Amino acid sequence: MSAAPPPALPVTLANNPRLDQWVRFPQSGRAAVATGKVEIGQGILTAMRQIAAEELCLAPDRIELHSGDTELTPNEGYTSGSQSIQYGGVALRLACAEVRALFLERAAAKLGCRREELSIADGKVLRQGIAAGEDYWSLAGEVDLARRATGAAALKEVGAYGIVGRSMPRTDLGGKVFGEAVFIHDMAPQGMLHARVVRQPRPGARIARIDEAGLRRAAKGPVELVRDGDFLAILAADETVVENLAAVAGNYVAWDGVERVNPLREEARALLQQPSIDRVIGDPEPAAAAPGRYEASFTRMHVAHASVAPSCALALFEGGRLTVWTHCQGVYPLRAALARALKLDPAAISVRHVQGPGCYGHNGADDAAADAAVIARSRPGQTVRVRWRREEEFAFDPVSPAMVVTVHAALDEAGRPADWTTEVWSGRHSSRPGGGGNLLAAEALPDAAEPPQPVDVPEASGGGGTRNGMPLYDFAKKRIVHHLVPETPVRTSALRGLGATINVYAIEMAMDELAERAGMDPLAYRLSVLSDARARAVLERVAKMSRWQPGLPAGTAKGRGIAFARYKNMAAYAAIVAEVEVEEEVRLLNVWCAADAGLVVNPDGAVNQLEGNIVQAASWALKEGVRLDETGISSRDWESYPVLRFSEVPEIFVELVDAKADRPPLGVGEASGGPAAAAIGNAVAHALGARLRDLPLSRERVMAALLRG
Amino acid sequence: MQAISFTVNGRAAGVTADPDTPLLDVLRNHLGLAGTKFGCGAEQCGACMVLIDGRPEKSCGKALATVAGRAVVTVEGLGTPQRPHPLQEAFLDEQAGQCGYCLAGILVSAKALLDRNPSPSRREIAAALDGNICRCGSHARILRAVARAARAMREGAAR
Repeated sequence: MSAAPPPALPVTLANNPRLDQWVRFPQSGRAAVATGKVEIGQGILTAMRQIAAEELCLAPDRIELHSGDTELTPNEGYTSGSQSIQYGGVALRLACAEVRALFLERAAAKLGCRREELSIADGKVLRQGIAAGEDYWSLAGEVDLARRATGAAALKEVGAYGIVGRSMPRTDLGGKVFGEAVFIHDMAPQGMLHARVVRQPRPGARIARIDEAGLRRAAKGPVELVRDGDFLAILAADETVVENLAAVAGNYVAWDGVERVNPLREEARALLQQPSIDRVIGDPEPAAAAPGRYEASFTRMHVAHASVAPSCALALFEGGRLTVWTHCQGVYPLRAALARALKLDPAAISVRHVQGPGCYGHNGADDAAADAAVIARSRPGQTVRVRWRREEEFAFDPVSPAMVVTVHAALDEAGRPADWTTEVWSGRHSSRPGGGGNLLAAEALPDAAEPPQPVDVPEASGGGGTRNGMPLYDFAKKRIVHHLVPETPVRTSALRGLGATINVYAIEMAMDELAERAGMDPLAYRLSVLSDARARAVLERVAKMSRWQPGLPAGTAKGRGIAFARYKNMAAYAAIVAEVEVEEEVRLLNVWCAADAGLVVNPDGAVNQLEGNIVQAASWALKEGVRLDETGISSRDWESYPVLRFSEVPEIFVELVDAKADRPPLGVGEASGGPAAAAIGNAVAHALGARLRDLPLSRERVMAALLRG
Repeated sequence: MQAISFTVNGRAAGVTADPDTPLLDVLRNHLGLAGTKFGCGAEQCGACMVLIDGRPEKSCGKALATVAGRAVVTVEGLGTPQRPHPLQEAFLDEQAGQCGYCLAGILVSAKALLDRNPSPSRREIAAALDGNICRCGSHARILRAVARAARAMREGAAR
């Protein structure tokens, strides 16, 4: 043992230091393991089970895994930002290692032997490889886990792993293919009331009058109304009754103070006319513009989460306690926000995660939970279920903000950037309720608190608008100029990747243009300014996978593009080659991806995430942009907000680089999105012989480029 | 209110309800078959896909009255963990899914395809699933899984 002090605890273990918050042995042959991270389709429950089983030396199916429940699990904040394995998994691994060490110590004392003689196999203590008659359960009464983690326990050697590093089938997928899994939408406790909200059309709108008689006449069955300030909901025992009524309920309510939206603000360039909070990150700005300057602007419209189903929540207020079932990404932050909004003690609120449709960030889930809570408060003893309508999810989703990114580069004699600026205009990328406010129902209550000042995600957490704005390349001077636009036409918040998608798009498109100016192949040009060995390795691997060939002619209607990023400059590395065909619109043929995520817990799970992020980014790049009219978001269905369909999806090939190496795990869930969008952009440019810098790369934009010839 | 009879997954079902009630609500709220999902209520996303007399139909847009006397099959009728349909086996083998919310509708659309075309190309599979939205991006795996199930069914039939 080293005499050095133990390393600082991983952040979520430091915040939840009692070991029994993570691991308990309540029942013979079983272990209860808790994670604050929640399943949002990314396979985290399977990976956490693998981590705990490996470090506890236990068969995975002995573990009863609790997740995202204020009564049962540690507070690990949000399940977001590709942090679950990199931080939450590392915390769980260390907690499990310490639990195993404590049991081994106790067993050694009891057996009167040295601890080094002992090991554990599937929960049983072995002495020199032979069962010693003790196990976790026989010792459980003698080992007090209600103690603080020290972080001093030795982790299992990665070389000895038998569970982590192998692809394990998703534990939740079986129930989903047989239609047996209970999503939050499927919960149906006895006596449940179905509710829909008649929502304020815009923030601050006030109810002028309600034609209650008309509303009741329009209903095909008995309905109840709940009103609290400008919050109005309709309730019925029969979901069909309330759903049908919700579609027309707006006709029976008149509103005052409905602010209008300027539809022109759907275009990203409208940001340039807005007041902004400005700062510089990185090297100071140069005094004068250098010669040989390159400058180009890239834009992206607002983008919706567009979850496949609208948000849903259940709530029960009984005996002074509020219980909320939600598919949000952070049960503790939501509990804090609900406590503030409803003026309840947080200890009187339980928030429990139940799986929903993939959210990809801060969608309507938290708002639906607040809706259910406000309604439940007025119906003590009855479970209230709120399910948003499809158009409500599109209209009130806190969308990803529109962005403009301008790259300025001063080049040296070899045509390589000596000074680089990524200049970003963007609304904020996080307005999650844990930060205070921003629950639609709470804002409609009579005593609503003032909304908090808009802030963006800090750089220490990867930044919001600035995310991946700092190129990883070896430029002598580099910086981000960030213009945070506080006032946006619609609510904005976190969508997978945040600002990284368009920042990587801009940087990697610019790199291709600069390579062309320098007369170099895009891959060779990147490698000539990239010393990070892991970054080089993913680029070289993807080039090999895709049989990258320099010098293929441009403008032939078929094109290839390459792009690279390390997500947040601190999570996984990903390099992508995309191959497209462009006639009147862009057709994706093949996408290759090489990624380095350090030690990978579940390789197939990581590949699945990389593939999914590629498809989603392809959809953003080719199709997506939120439309606005005077009432707010006007793209309220899948026809006005199209996403990529099956026949538009390319063949995808993903490889992990050094996935079994003993290196810290790096978050992978959002790593391939930026590079995928950029590789597609570069491939389209190669196919067309012309650069399209505004997303989405729609048919209209492609046709215009073709006409310009 | 009206009493309407039909079959669901091979069993007789009788429901007394407003004949305009969407079949989706009948399945989920009257018959307790929650495998079929609500996605949009506008026949645009395919989460609610069921077979009606063997044809894939979006159940959110089908009134209860229109299924009187007909045979409805939902994801629960495809197979069970003990007796899985080859599609369900193939989806697990390929780990074809992420959040899984869209899978019930996709499995039903795929079954309709394989029932009429036992050896579809990738393009034909994709076309058959174009009415189903998957937002997580599991498409490539899903396409592989359907092809794998088709192969397994052909081999099973040949044995």
